[in-house]
Amino acid sequence: MIALGLPPEASTIAPRVDLLLYAVTIVTGGVTIAIFVTMIVFGIRYRAGSKVKRAENVPEAQARARRRVETAWTLIPFALFLASFAWAARLYMVRADAPANSIELFVVAKQWMWKLQHPGGQREIDEMHVPRGQPIKLVMTSQDVIHSFFVPAFRLKQDVLPGRYTEMWFTATQTGRFHLFCAEYCGTDHAHMGGDVIVMEPAEFQRWLNAHAAAQSMAARGEDLFRHLGCSGCHGENASVHAPNLAGVYGRPVPLSDGTTVVADERYIRDSILLPRKEVAAGYAPIMPSFTGQIGEDDILDLIAYIKSLASTKERPK
Amino acid sequence: MSILTTGLAGDVPPAHSVRVETPSNYLNAKFTIGSWLATHDHKRIAILFAVSITAFFFIGGAAATMIRLDLATPAGDFVKAETYNKLFTMHGVIMVWFFLIPSIPATLGNFLVPLMIGARDLAFPRLNLTSWYLYVGGSIFTIVAMIAGGVDTGWTFYAPFSTMFSNTHVIYVLAGVFVVGFSSILTGLNIIVTVHTMRAPGMTWFRLPLFVWAQYATAAILVLATPVLAMTLVLVTVERLFGIGIFNPALGGDPLLFQHLFWFYSHPAVYIMVLPAMGVVSELIAASAHNPVFGYKTMAFAIIAIAVLGFLVWGHHMFVSGQSMYAGVVFSFMSFLVAIPSAVKVFNWTATLWHGRITYTAPMLYALGFVGLFTIGGMTGLFLASLALDVHLTDTYFVVAHFHYIMVGGTVSAYLGGIHFWWPKITGRMYSDRWARFAAILLFVGFNFTFFPQYLLGIAGMPRRYHAYPPEFQTLNVLSSAGALILALGYLLPLLYLGWSLFRGARAPANPWDATGLEWQTPSPPPVHNFATPPVVTEPPYAYRMAALTRDVVDAREGTR
Repeated sequence: MIALGLPPEASTIAPRVDLLLYAVTIVTGGVTIAIFVTMIVFGIRYRAGSKVKRAENVPEAQARARRRVETAWTLIPFALFLASFAWAARLYMVRADAPANSIELFVVAKQWMWKLQHPGGQREIDEMHVPRGQPIKLVMTSQDVIHSFFVPAFRLKQDVLPGRYTEMWFTATQTGRFHLFCAEYCGTDHAHMGGDVIVMEPAEFQRWLNAHAAAQSMAARGEDLFRHLGCSGCHGENASVHAPNLAGVYGRPVPLSDGTTVVADERYIRDSILLPRKEVAAGYAPIMPSFTGQIGEDDILDLIAYIKSLASTKERPK
Repeated sequence: MSILTTGLAGDVPPAHSVRVETPSNYLNAKFTIGSWLATHDHKRIAILFAVSITAFFFIGGAAATMIRLDLATPAGDFVKAETYNKLFTMHGVIMVWFFLIPSIPATLGNFLVPLMIGARDLAFPRLNLTSWYLYVGGSIFTIVAMIAGGVDTGWTFYAPFSTMFSNTHVIYVLAGVFVVGFSSILTGLNIIVTVHTMRAPGMTWFRLPLFVWAQYATAAILVLATPVLAMTLVLVTVERLFGIGIFNPALGGDPLLFQHLFWFYSHPAVYIMVLPAMGVVSELIAASAHNPVFGYKTMAFAIIAIAVLGFLVWGHHMFVSGQSMYAGVVFSFMSFLVAIPSAVKVFNWTATLWHGRITYTAPMLYALGFVGLFTIGGMTGLFLASLALDVHLTDTYFVVAHFHYIMVGGTVSAYLGGIHFWWPKITGRMYSDRWARFAAILLFVGFNFTFFPQYLLGIAGMPRRYHAYPPEFQTLNVLSSAGALILALGYLLPLLYLGWSLFRGARAPANPWDATGLEWQTPSPPPVHNFATPPVVTEPPYAYRMAALTRDVVDAREGTR
């Protein structure tokens, strides 16, 4: 049952968030009512002119009462707060553990639209088609200002930043069409930067994917870009320049020239393309040119998809 | 006219030493415009502030009215999206910086802190006047920029939107806010030094009225937090004007840095707005219940605890921003912690009624309205401090409702309550308590009518700062807009009967409420130097004697009906 005017519960986490919301509502509501009732009772009982018996020495009576109530009314709220804190924090930390079998979807936000891309290369604008029951991980970035990907029916929201990847995962549990909003103010048409999340049965989703099949998958587009942009000239198998082999690099630790090590994740690959001097792989000269301003966020995601597709090989790309 | 000697026993000027017809006071000492615009008297400067913040409040309120009109229909038919964005920015900038932050500290605080501690003036009278000029100059400059050109960044100026993408008058508005910040710092500094150095003999720290404790804590926040805002605004300007990468990743900046800096100021700023209100309400409830404040020392320590913890919770504005998950957990914990002294204050206000002799005058109704609305606002703050709930609720109307309950329901109620309570002292006139009680109730009803539906809108998932919205949210929006009409009446009404009182109100006695506190032991309005002879304090604060109302009080009230 959904109360308080909450939207439908369409993700695995939604009922868990709602349960916490109901619990917090009941407890805070109860305490609020208790406070108001006490105020009203005192307010009537101790109104000027009422005949009720009052302490001779009010400061002394207050001091006695304080000894009885003060510890209790400090510690009991504290205990309730701790419970709410712990419950909510545990639920929040679920955000970080996307299941290993998640399908990745890539989101690029820009004033004022959401561009989505499926691994198979299907692109969407202001719509997101996903299968029910399948964990989906969104890898998101913005082309301009800060936006926020908000699906009320999933009880999930994540800001989308320029220059960074943020992630959000969910498993949809209900088919249907749900609101997608931008929740971070982003300029003139902020209110119109939204669309629909369409949750479909897996078989139906597969049909949708086939019907919207792209000429190329993301990785294949990335591979083309890899050649057109000249990446393969240095990183490819016939390269004459001493540049790192990108095969098998994704997800592995990379020793850097300053002695530290980073894991080659989406952020590292993105930064290496746009800010190549920031983290230079150990043993290589900092000679890579920056591609800042030459390629868009979509292209970078394609390149990342391509490099990820090389994760299980050792051979240099062609 | 007689002067009640309940409460702190200072050397009260005997009534016959004051000329009965027109006793010399700070208002009738001089009448020229120059005597106002060049005054060093904290009481006159308080009135300069009061007049200017009232004017700005109604400009900010006009923007809010247009926002609510626009939101009456899902398509937002009243204004264009661009105009809408400028309106809510204008509403936020004016209400936060030009109304709420100076509201209580610069008016009631300015007027009352010296009177309450038995001083002749603030420590730095010229600085006090400078503060007003900075405030008025900066505010008018900003408001002209916002009306003539407009700015569409929201009062939060999030980068990189504000630095690289907005095509509106960001720099002008920032410059005005920057200048007004110095007014905050000067007023804060003045209050800190005054409370430290100018207390009357016998006025020890734990004899200070809670209002003074609250002003003191607020002043400390003003001095410590405002410079961070100033620096942040300069950094925005540097990136916007010169393209030096600070916040925009395309220039090598950090897109989250702005939010950390901004909220490092702006969360404490929430306490700048609400702590003085808590101080006012403690005075009002004690005086109306004719009872000592329950747990005075606890209340003073709670004020300090809130001020200190308030600096450590800024990251709760950023739970979905992309900051580290563990940072989110720490900030959530700190936010629950700051709720404890706030909760204790509510319990203590309630307990102050216990064994009291409560009179329900307008100030008390405003004070009770504050406690009610602050409690609801505080409780819903716990929803937002709960990480997993915040993920759903943040940046929706739930947040809008929450902070309006605290800052408008809470602070504005307390401010109006304070204005009504000290009006006789400030102006020397009584007003119609019946009209005032009606306005207080109207405000309470109108407020809940306006903002309670917004909690439900937020739970239903309506994002904030939306010029248009899906049709299923219309019913609640129409309710909210209708409530705003009642609320507006509640705000306009005091202008009428208080204005009437200025000219026609009965003369106020020195202590119309039978209240303790040094400010009630000097005539209404006070003489230029506040006290005929410097007071000496021998009693704890709120030493109410539990006597029935004296004949004078009843006379004074009946005279106004």
